[in-house]
Amino acid sequence: MDTLTNPAPGAVVETEGADRPKKLRFATVWLGGCSGCHMSFLDLDEWLFELAKYAEVVFSPVGSDAKIFPDQVDICLAEGAVANEENLEFIQKVRSRSKLLISFGDCAVNGNVTAMRNPSATVEEILDRCYLELADLSPQYPREPGIVPPLIKQALPVHQVVPVDVFLPGCPPSAAQIQSALESLFTGEAQTAKLKFG
Amino acid sequence: MSSKLVIDPVTRIEGHAKISLFLDDAGKVEDAHFHVVEFRGFEKFCEGRPMWEMAGITSRICGICPVSHLLASAKTGDKILAVRVPIAGEKLRRMMNLGQILQSHALSFFHLSSPDFLLGWDSDPGQRNVFGLMAANPDLARAGIRLRQFGQTVIELLGARKIHAAWPVPGGVRYPLSDEGKAWIQDRLPESRATILSAIELFESWLDAHPVEVDVFGKFPSLFMSLVGDDGRWEHYGGHLRIIDSEGQIVADRLSEDDYQSFIGEAVEPWSYLKFPYYKPLGYPDGVYRVGPLARLNICDFIGTPEADRALERFRQRAGGRVATSSFFYHYARLIEILACVEAIEQLVNDPDVQSSRVRAEAGINELNGVGVSEAPRGTLFHHYQVDENGLIQSVNLIIATGQNNLAMNRTIKQIAQHYVEGSSDGSIPEGILNRVEAGIRAFDPCLSCSTHAVGQMPLKLDVFNADRVLIQTLERSS
Ligand code: SF4
Repeated sequence: MDTLTNPAPGAVVETEGADRPKKLRFATVWLGGCSGCHMSFLDLDEWLFELAKYAEVVFSPVGSDAKIFPDQVDICLAEGAVANEENLEFIQKVRSRSKLLISFGDCAVNGNVTAMRNPSATVEEILDRCYLELADLSPQYPREPGIVPPLIKQALPVHQVVPVDVFLPGCPPSAAQIQSALESLFTGEAQTAKLKFG
Repeated sequence: MSSKLVIDPVTRIEGHAKISLFLDDAGKVEDAHFHVVEFRGFEKFCEGRPMWEMAGITSRICGICPVSHLLASAKTGDKILAVRVPIAGEKLRRMMNLGQILQSHALSFFHLSSPDFLLGWDSDPGQRNVFGLMAANPDLARAGIRLRQFGQTVIELLGARKIHAAWPVPGGVRYPLSDEGKAWIQDRLPESRATILSAIELFESWLDAHPVEVDVFGKFPSLFMSLVGDDGRWEHYGGHLRIIDSEGQIVADRLSEDDYQSFIGEAVEPWSYLKFPYYKPLGYPDGVYRVGPLARLNICDFIGTPEADRALERFRQRAGGRVATSSFFYHYARLIEILACVEAIEQLVNDPDVQSSRVRAEAGINELNGVGVSEAPRGTLFHHYQVDENGLIQSVNLIIATGQNNLAMNRTIKQIAQHYVEGSSDGSIPEGILNRVEAGIRAFDPCLSCSTHAVGQMPLKLDVFNADRVLIQTLERSS
């Protein structure tokens, strides 16, 4: 039952001690998306127990209280497009601390719904509509320095900002697709994936 | 010196957020701000798109409660087509909403919040999550995961996908429940019922042992708003809007969603992308009202299914009055609603209507203006569209459930922080205390994807400001 006692092969899996493979350091991050990709990740349901045998979740909005994206992450799933200045800064940090970065879902892969604002209106036109026209009281732009990050001009797919190793499309990718991608990474095809995309 | 603390990000919630605590010269909490830091602008970029696309697009506001947007959008479409949805279509829509309320509440309780109750507020933050729960209490974690799976699968069996199922449409739904779907649901009902009954029992005993949390996690008078059946029954899809006060007195009744702009106003604060809806007759911020499971249970006279009605009775006993005013009771209300969903799904799955083929009314554009309403897991959701003769969207307004709890969430974290944060000379606050402040937010199960029509992780960063509101310290927690 405990796969940990059966060392899993694979490039990212290093052995720790005599025969026990070290768990992969696994993370998920949220940029500008709808969280549907994360919900699909949770739709792995009982397979999450399997995941926990291979991987230690070191950062995840749904599965961890870590506040700082840690160093030496082996695999990171990134949901959402890069939509504001904080996303921009954060994904760079995530990239520099992750061996394998996966664009997780269509918003990350091509901008998708988050990028629908790009051709239709400027940031100001969008903010005007939501916070000036549609406000009954104190119409103004939310803009507290250091707290509320300004939107960037266009919402961008992740690979337009940092190099991406693997693309997992879908809106959202189904749990079965996520499982087969993770399985191959956990059990040895990680090396191929790295060679192929990295 | 006075100071401000920022918690960034708030974790185990659904979206990007931060919290600021403002401390006075003595290190006591003077004020607290809950910041939502994401925004995607659906109200703007939907302009010009065909009304028929709106369900599919607005579903992408939120992957946690996409069904709410699908339903609110389809109901807005019903008004624009000026049709009455066939009874089978309405029952099927209800069934999908029950599946979603169930799965979303199970996620909130088991995956996100229960690590606080079961592992402890002060437990190792590296373990205090669903994976820690899977290690510490695998049976409970597995039962919770399978309960959420039940709700997600009900959605999938109806609409062919768990997330963003393009199945509710203006006029009804696309097709009825299949025989296989019916059999699967019937088969899985007993387990789901057993899981939620034991979760309620577990939570009740926890609640009895933790009176302090009940008292300080956002216990204050406010208004409550939700849909309610015309006979006073718990409602999540139809009925009418009612507003009550914390004594249980009806403040406004038989409100129609069509007039929402006459009773709901929205204010903007510079420090959050999440707007601040308020009850217009009382003004801002006195018109604070709460929505969601707590409001629905406070407002309804009865639920209408036997086990859930028994649980509601115990809920009211523990609340010490007709109305529960502690936001901590959101968790309790959520569990009781899961039970109500299980029982209501059982009734519907055995109803021959859900297999009828008359599920959709067809029509063209007959009205240029429509407002649709639905009870999302987190509260009342409004969609408002204006279209041209061809059904192209001229304007969109969305009033999102979580936003309506914005004022109450801010009050809740202030109350918790004032209770637990002791003035300390170096301004440091223990991690477990910060986690309690965050847990005040988790009680509301805010969905920030929805609230700002964005989605993202809720960061928890704590900024410390002095009495002049100058930032003097930022605490970021790491595991
Ligand atoms: S790809 Fe789809 S499901 Fe994933 S975040 Fe974007 S809109 Fe949501």
